[in-house]
Amino acid sequence: MTSASRRARLLALGFGGGVATWLVVLNFGALGAVVWRAEGFSALRSADLAAVRFTLVQALWSAALSVALAIPIARALARRQFRGRALLITLMGAPFILPTLVAVLGLLAVFGRSGLINQGLEALGLARFNIFGLHGVVLAHVFYNLPLATRILLQGWAAIPAERFRLAATLGFGPRESFRQLEWPMIRELAPGAFLVIFLICLTSFSVALTMGGGPRATTVELAIFQAFRFDYDMGRAAALALVQFALCASAGVIAWRVALPAAMGGGMDRPVQRFDAGGTGLRLWDGALIVAGALFLLVPLGMLVARGAPHMAGLPPEVWHAAGRSLTVALGATAITLGMTLALAHAVLALGGGRGAMLEWLGLAALAASPLVIGTGLFLLIRPLANPRDFALAITMLVNAGMALPFALRLILPGLRAELATHGRLSDALGLHGLARLRIVTLPRLRRPLGFAAGLTAALSMGDLGVIMLFAEREGATLPMQLYRLMNAYRQDDAAGAALVLLGASLALFVVFDRWGRGRAGT
Amino acid sequence: MRYPLFAAVAALTLTPAHAETLVVLAPDYFGSNWGPGPAIKEGFEARCDCTLEYRTGDVLPRLMLEGARLEADVVIGLNTDTTLRARGTGLFAPHGQDLAPLTVPIDWEDDTFIPFNWGYLAWVYDRTRLDDAPTSFAELLEREEISLLWQDPRSSASGLALMLWVDEVFGDAASDVWRNLAARTVTVTAGWSESYGMFSAGEADMVLSYTTSPAYHIVAEDDDSKAAAIFDEGHYFTAEVAGVLAGAANPDLARDFMAYLLSREFQEMIAYANWSYPAALPREDWPEVMRDLPFPDTAIFLGEDEAEARRGAALEVWLEGMTR
Repeated sequence: MTSASRRARLLALGFGGGVATWLVVLNFGALGAVVWRAEGFSALRSADLAAVRFTLVQALWSAALSVALAIPIARALARRQFRGRALLITLMGAPFILPTLVAVLGLLAVFGRSGLINQGLEALGLARFNIFGLHGVVLAHVFYNLPLATRILLQGWAAIPAERFRLAATLGFGPRESFRQLEWPMIRELAPGAFLVIFLICLTSFSVALTMGGGPRATTVELAIFQAFRFDYDMGRAAALALVQFALCASAGVIAWRVALPAAMGGGMDRPVQRFDAGGTGLRLWDGALIVAGALFLLVPLGMLVARGAPHMAGLPPEVWHAAGRSLTVALGATAITLGMTLALAHAVLALGGGRGAMLEWLGLAALAASPLVIGTGLFLLIRPLANPRDFALAITMLVNAGMALPFALRLILPGLRAELATHGRLSDALGLHGLARLRIVTLPRLRRPLGFAAGLTAALSMGDLGVIMLFAEREGATLPMQLYRLMNAYRQDDAAGAALVLLGASLALFVVFDRWGRGRAGT
Repeated sequence: MRYPLFAAVAALTLTPAHAETLVVLAPDYFGSNWGPGPAIKEGFEARCDCTLEYRTGDVLPRLMLEGARLEADVVIGLNTDTTLRARGTGLFAPHGQDLAPLTVPIDWEDDTFIPFNWGYLAWVYDRTRLDDAPTSFAELLEREEISLLWQDPRSSASGLALMLWVDEVFGDAASDVWRNLAARTVTVTAGWSESYGMFSAGEADMVLSYTTSPAYHIVAEDDDSKAAAIFDEGHYFTAEVAGVLAGAANPDLARDFMAYLLSREFQEMIAYANWSYPAALPREDWPEVMRDLPFPDTAIFLGEDEAEARRGAALEVWLEGMTR
């Protein structure tokens, strides 16, 4: 190892260590502060066990269905070229970045008691159906997460080198053989990770699960944590439940890790992919049907939100626009921090390698398992003795949002970085390319697509985040989701619908700008 | 200027106007321009020659987490269901006010907290969708075709109040009541705004809200289709209260603020500002819209000790009835 590459390794470990420290504070320090304040854990009750059971059942269904549906949809999108494809892929990503409260209202406009479908059934003289129940929870979670699963898998398809498909065509592979030899290994590599991320997102669901679940049967662990804080004033039980949530997430993580296969694909020359196996009319119709069905499921509820909010956008009070500006600042700040942290952490994971690298990787995913309520309360307890948190509410929000978005960014960027190291690592070393120059010349261009996607996701997610800021923020610090909530609480349903549309538009715009940048030069 | 920092400090310390500042800890909605916050600030500043500053956020958690570190003089916007916990922090001082002006429908003798506005919990419906609303809770139970939206008692103040309302009216039969309601409950939401939003979108016939809710639609939207069903058994009383912090930097100003809350000027403003009943104003002096709304005959209220004693068991009954 040359001294330059040793220095690069030390640098990677140093920055990665800094990021890891923040993640430990965020995930475990906050929980520790709550335990300390509560002076220990308190016992769980039988209702808590029911909550654990329901949480697991709904999260398993939601994650399994999201990934199972994403595979054919992503496959159809991957092998078809049509006008508006890029726009469609972008729009289909929108549900994931919606604030959950808004997403539920959009879904109910389609599937609710007086939604489109029930109106249609009634017009036909058929019985109406009830969306509320376990199936409603799963439907909402699939609506929310199918876009994420689809995008993760689409990235996988895009990462299969064009040379492979060319070779497959030379060997006379049909769709089935192509699937088995080229696509299935990629799915085996990516699907478990997508499943895990979605499983974890659904594990910490609270308001959506309760609303769509139709009542207290749909009590999740996160709601039980909320109850422990606010109804029972029992921080010890809240901490114990947060630990249970962590344990569930960790077990899910171990299982997913064992199922996933490492990538076994060689590198390519980044040529545009040409699919020789997608010719038949039947196949074309099948793919078309899949794309239309997926688009309808994801886009009609969004259309309903647009139709509801558009007439009220012009008359929105100025505070809404000010808050939108503030949210934009938070989103951009959080995005910069997230990308920096993710690149540092990913480099450190690879520099460490082996078991220690894997542990660092898990630390990066841990924020998904953390309860937002525990993080907010714990950080408050940690910071309060040092300073008044309200003095830098926006900065805290950015840092916390970055910690929350890091799991997604890491999942997206790490495989790309690993592949880059495998395909270009030795060449770069041989050329003596290290440090920032290598980052600029080799790494970043090759990571452009996942970087753009991760940046778009982070920006959009922190735009819509309501989480920790509620505990810190002051009158002047209101973000757009807070204003939306205030409007709803002041009976102003029309203004709230308009503000929701502003939020949807801003989140989507941020996502599109970054994602477009990421896909800018790619031929697919 | 060569010493910008010095100049800035001098400018701050030498400003003559607004020598005193009253810091008010308040719920988040006081921070918005469409809540009561701005009107209260303006009204008080006009009479105190001081500056009123809000610290907004989740009030009770802030009190409990910050304790004596809390930099505030007054707390406003606590609900009647959280007064026991707030009192238990030991952070409050007597408000020092004569409570004779209070016109709330229950005996209010509390030297720590003053109610400044109040309301009755009620099932609200849309006249264009439900033309003959039930006139009693018992009738609501018989009318099993009426679909309902309401809030979870574990996460929402109004949900908790409904739980205590049912517990008080039906006692041992509460379990059957919950089973009855569960059968036609569309869903139970974490907070009030989710269920009210869903009700407005036509997801249910009735939503758990307040007798004063229709006033908003009449005044702000010129829409008189929303109404609250008035029940013979009586309605659960909820109030928002304020109190003086023992650690107030400015105790005299804090007590002036308490007096302002009971003043006629404040009480005449609060009905529109917060869509609720004034707490110290005879009903004949209320704004016409509030006065004309149907008004329950009987108030039901469990004091904070009674509510605390009952709510654990009541929640078990609720959970059992709802999930059976």
